[in-house]
This record gives sequence, structure tokens and C-alpha cells, in this order.
Amino acid sequence: MLTLQSYLSLAAIIFAIGIIGIVINRKNIIIVMMCTELLLISVNFNFIAFSYFNQDIAGQIFVFFILTVAAAEAAIGLAILVALYRNKKSIDVQELRTLRN
Amino acid sequence: MLFNLSLIALIMPLIAGILAGFFGKTLGKIFTNGVTILGVLISFIISIFILISILENPELVFNQDVYTWLSIGSYKLSIGLLVDNLTVSMMIVVNFVSLMVHIYTIGYMHKDPGYHRFFCYISLFTFAMLSLVMSNNFLQLFFGWEAVGVMSYLLIGFWYTKESAIKANFKAFIINRIGDMFLILGIALLFSIFGTLDYEYIFNNAESITSNTVVLSSSFEISSLTLACLLLFGGAMGKSAQMPLHVWLPDSMEGPTPISALIHAATMVTAGVFMLARMSPLFELSTSALSFVLIIGSITAISTGLLGLVQYDIKRVIAYSTLSQLGYMVVAAGVSAYSASLFHLMTHAFFKALLFLAAGSVIVALHHEQDIRKMGGLRSKLPITYITSLIGSLALIGFPGFSGFFSKDALIEAVSHSSVYASDFAYYCVLIGVLITSLYTFRLFFLVFHGPLKDENINVKEPQLSILIPLILLAIPSMFIGWPTIGPLVFDDFFANSIIQPSSNDIFGYQFTDSYHFLTHSLSGPVVYIAIFGILVSYLLYVIKKDIPEKLSQTFNPFYKVLINKYYFDHLYENIFARLFNNLSNSLWNNGDIKIIDNFIVNGTAHRVGRFSSRVRELQSGYIYHYALMMVLGLALFLAWVVFKSLGLVI
Repeated sequence: MLTLQSYLSLAAIIFAIGIIGIVINRKNIIIVMMCTELLLISVNFNFIAFSYFNQDIAGQIFVFFILTVAAAEAAIGLAILVALYRNKKSIDVQELRTLRN
Repeated sequence: MLFNLSLIALIMPLIAGILAGFFGKTLGKIFTNGVTILGVLISFIISIFILISILENPELVFNQDVYTWLSIGSYKLSIGLLVDNLTVSMMIVVNFVSLMVHIYTIGYMHKDPGYHRFFCYISLFTFAMLSLVMSNNFLQLFFGWEAVGVMSYLLIGFWYTKESAIKANFKAFIINRIGDMFLILGIALLFSIFGTLDYEYIFNNAESITSNTVVLSSSFEISSLTLACLLLFGGAMGKSAQMPLHVWLPDSMEGPTPISALIHAATMVTAGVFMLARMSPLFELSTSALSFVLIIGSITAISTGLLGLVQYDIKRVIAYSTLSQLGYMVVAAGVSAYSASLFHLMTHAFFKALLFLAAGSVIVALHHEQDIRKMGGLRSKLPITYITSLIGSLALIGFPGFSGFFSKDALIEAVSHSSVYASDFAYYCVLIGVLITSLYTFRLFFLVFHGPLKDENINVKEPQLSILIPLILLAIPSMFIGWPTIGPLVFDDFFANSIIQPSSNDIFGYQFTDSYHFLTHSLSGPVVYIAIFGILVSYLLYVIKKDIPEKLSQTFNPFYKVLINKYYFDHLYENIFARLFNNLSNSLWNNGDIKIIDNFIVNGTAHRVGRFSSRVRELQSGYIYHYALMMVLGLALFLAWVVFKSLGLVI
């Protein structure tokens, strides 16, 4: 029998992977976006797990909204990325540091 | 009635000066001199009217506040008018000389581009001088004192493109500041003792503080009244150009001649003498202060006269003569003969203004030439100037019958009968001073008007009427005013309601009744003969045997050098005091201002903030993952804090 604890542990692991992905990623901005998705996924996981174990449907409705927003956000993010690439000919995180100092 | 009239007399010159200053340029010369002359004329007529009313009914003398200027707690400072016999006589002298100078200026300055500015200044000066003499408290006295100083500064530097004029007015201003510092300290001392600046209260209660002392150091204390008198006299020394603060007056001759006559001979420089007379209730209580006054006055009287013997600038000779005569007035105040001092002030105002204006007439006639070596023989070319100068010179040396004779002889008579400490010294100083006075006066007179006429002066003509009329109008009182006025002014008690002094019997050791009596008495004394001897000697030196002065100056070369260098006072001030202050100010500027304030406090703060921020700036790396890490770490910290708090592990 799967317990709430195992779901929460899985979500925590996914969240940690997402964070580590953002922080130690030195190359590609797409990976940053993918890691952001991972963070959202892990949160969704928590919602669904609590919704199931607490017998409360509201959590799952929340997940629908989050997925929608995440999809829209990903679309916008990718669009920005394309525009960025057109301008800079690069999507390397190391080079995108005009906010420095 | 008299109160309102005096107010009008006081502010008329102010209004005229403001009108001339603001609208003179647009409305033209006639408006400018019309309005200012009208202002002073009204003021003069009112002064005469007040004199007549007061003579008829001495009860009309008043001391009234106009309004309260400031009140702090129980202290009240007001603006007020005190019109008594002393004030009225000063008002008449000031207004009369000012009126003459206004008329004279029309001719003297008619080509000058600063015409309306000049009229504005002299009218404002008249206002300042009137407010000085009419004040009933020390505050207003100080206001007038400073205001005449400012106008004097502006007028000495009237030709502001001339470098020497700028230096001269700067010098006058700074040296007057030194005197004014003493004056304000004296006023502050009186204020701290009495808690008021009102003349009447202070004079009435002066006797109650004779035993007060001021502790200057643990071993030295001084009577506070003496200290106050000495400080006030310090102010008078600056304004009345007494040794050693006299150096500004000869330099002030850089200003236009009418100014030298009005400010630096007749009125402003006598403010110190006026103040001594006004403060007589204080000075009479301190014999040591009187002795100090006497010594300073007699040193000034004799030493500055000697300087007049070696000068070649026509105005400077008269300026040194003014210094010497101011010394005489101060000497008279020092022996408590205030009325004699004021009498000399009055006659001096007339004949010295006359001499200056006559010198100005010569200067105009010779197209602004002031060197007396280039003059000579002008007697036939400038007859009116010649006669009026002769009258002025005779009055100055005290030739019997002229106004200066009465005032100077009365003054010397008072010194000879005084028993104040140092009065013997003063007596010899003023006696020798008489000889010196007649020497330099007639040296100037003979060099300018006698001897051969220089070729370049063949076409010299008398200047225009507005210059000659004041000369004639001033020559009349210079000649005659002594005769009728000495009786009431000096021997009678005309000033009894304003000045406290011993009776004339005590001052002169003899009860004179009228001027004829005094004349016969003086002819038995040495003064008149010394003066006439001086004329003869200068006639010998400067008309008959003209090579003697040259030889004398070579024989007594070291002495001559000291005189030519004016006793090295200028060198002393320039090389020691001025340099000391320069160095002090420079080091304060470099160390205090630049190093501490600029570099440490103002710029230093900015630099420190800048250095700190440039360190902090390193955090802004520009890498997204760094920012993300910061966010996560921060979030983790907050979460940890919340968790630990809920567990009760942190506060």
C-alpha cells in the first residue's frame, strides 16, 4: 500500500531535482525552463496526493489551473527564448549576464 | 510736534536717497540732485526749527521710543529718538555740511557716469549719520555707526575701477571692523550689566556699578565701568581714526573730494567724539579711562600732524590735518571738557569741509591734478578759492577772531587747567601741535597759491558756480561762528541736559563771561603767538628760501624717512598682522576646510559609501543561477526559521 509519505517524498525529490537543475546548470536556458516545469510538477504532485488522501476534490481542480498556467508560461518562455536567440545568437546562460554589477 | 518733525528730519534723506538711487538714472540729473537736495534742505530747516524751539522752551527736549524692534523675555530693544541740545547741534552741523556738499557735488561730479549713485549714497549717508546722533539707545547707535561705515566704504570705492580706491575702501572697512568689534563688546558688556540698551536708564544707574569688577584672569580684575569705557573708546578710535587705528583715513582720500569733506572731515569721523560726549556720564566715573583717552588723543594730535608736513598730495595733507584735529577733540574729551570738544567739532566741521571743498575746487580747475609740486601761483587764477582757503587755513591754525581760534584755544585752556593723569604731557603735545598745524597748513597754502605760476596752468579758470557757492557759504561760519557761540556753548550750560561735565569754572580755572573776555585772555597766552610764528616760518621756508626744506630733509634724513613711511604703521600692519592672519586663514582653509570638512566629512562619506557599494556589487553577478540559488537559500532560511520557531528552538 502506497502511503502519503511516499508521494510526498517523490514530490520532494522532483522539487530538489528542479532546484538543483536551475542552480548548477551552467549551459542551457532550456534546461532552466524544464526545471521550472519540474518544480511545478512536484507541487502538483503534492496537491493530488493530499486531495486523494483527504478526499477533497479542490486540490485536483487546482492542479488543472496550474497545468494551464504552466502551459501558457512555457509558451511565453519559449517565445522569449526564440526572440532572445534571434538577437543574441546564443541561449547560453553564461553569456546572458547584462544585469551584472 | 517736535517728535514728528524730528522723525521727518530723520527719514527725509532716506527717502530722497532711495528715490535718487532707483529712479535717478531714468529721471535724469535734475531730478536726482533736486530730490536729494530737497530732502537734506527739509531736514536742515527742521533742525534749525528744533533748535529755536528748544532755546525758547528747554522743556521741549524729548526722549521717546518710536516702536519696539524686538522683545525677548524681559529684554526690550526699541528704536527711539533722543533730541536734546547735543543732538540738535550735531543735526545742524551734519545737515548743513551735507547740504553744502550736495550743492558742491552738482558741479564736481557733473561729468561722472555715477552721478545718481553718488547722490543716492550721500543722502543715505546723511540718514545714517542722523540716526546715529538722534538715537536714544546703544542699538540704534550701533546701527548708525555701521551704516555710516558702509556708506563710507561705498563712497571711498566710488570709482571702483581704480585699484587704489578698492584697496583703500577695503582697508577702511577692515580697520573700522576692528574698532567696531570693541564697540560691540562694550555695548554687550553694558547690556550684560544693565539688561537694557537704553541711554537714560544706563546713565542714571551708572553710579551704582562703580564697584563692579570684571575678572579677566585669576590675578587681574578691572572695574567693569572702566572696561566698558575703554571698549567704547576702542570703537571711537576706529571711527575717529585715532592712533594706532588711524591708517585708513589718509587712504580714504581715494574717494571723490566731496566725500572727503563730508564724511572724512566733518561728520563721520567725528562720530567717535560725539559718542565720547554722549557717554560722558559713564566716562566721568572712570578717571583711568579718561587718562587713556587723553593719552591716545594727544599722541594722535602731534604725530599725525608731523606726517602732514611731508606729504605732497593736496588731499592727504588735509587728511593728516583732520587726524590731528580729531586728536585735539579727543584730548578735550579726555580732560572732561566735552563742550569744548564739541565746539571744536563744530567749527572744525565748517572750516575743514571748506578746506576740502577748496582743495576740490583746485583739483577740478587743474583737471584732477592733486600733486602740490605741480601747483603754485594759483592766487591770481582762482581768486575765490584763494580767499576761502585763506579763511579756512586761518581758522584751522586758530588765528585770533576766526572760529578755529575760539575752539582750539578753549580746548588748550581746558587741557592746561586739567589735573587728570597725563594732562601735562597732553598740554605739551597740543602746544607743539599748534606749531605743526600752522606749519603744514601754510606750507600747503603757499605751495598751492603763491610762488611762480607753472606754464601748464596758464589757462586755469575758476570752476562753475555750484562749486563756488558752497565755498562762500562755508567760509562765513568758518570765520564768524566762534564769536557768538563760544559763550553759550562752552562757558554757559547749553549742553547741561545732555552732557555731564564739571562746571566751566572748574574746567578752565577761570569764569569767562563772553568771547571778548576770552579773546583778551588768550592774547596773553602762548598759543596765538606760536600759530603766527608757524605762519612766518612756513612763509620763510616755502616762499622766500625754497631750498631750505630740501636741505632739512637731507640733514635729518632718518627722521624724514620715518615720516615719509608714516611711522611704518602700514608696514607693520601689512607684514606682521596681515601676514599672520593670512597664514592663519590659509592653514585653517587648508586643514580645516579642505582636509576635514571637504575631504573627510563631505567627500569622505560619499567615498566610503562608494567603496562599500563596490564590494556589495560583486554579489550582482548577472548569472541567473546565482540569483536562483540566493532565492532558494533565502527561502530555505525563512522556512527553517518558521520550522524552528514552531518547534520552540528559536525565539
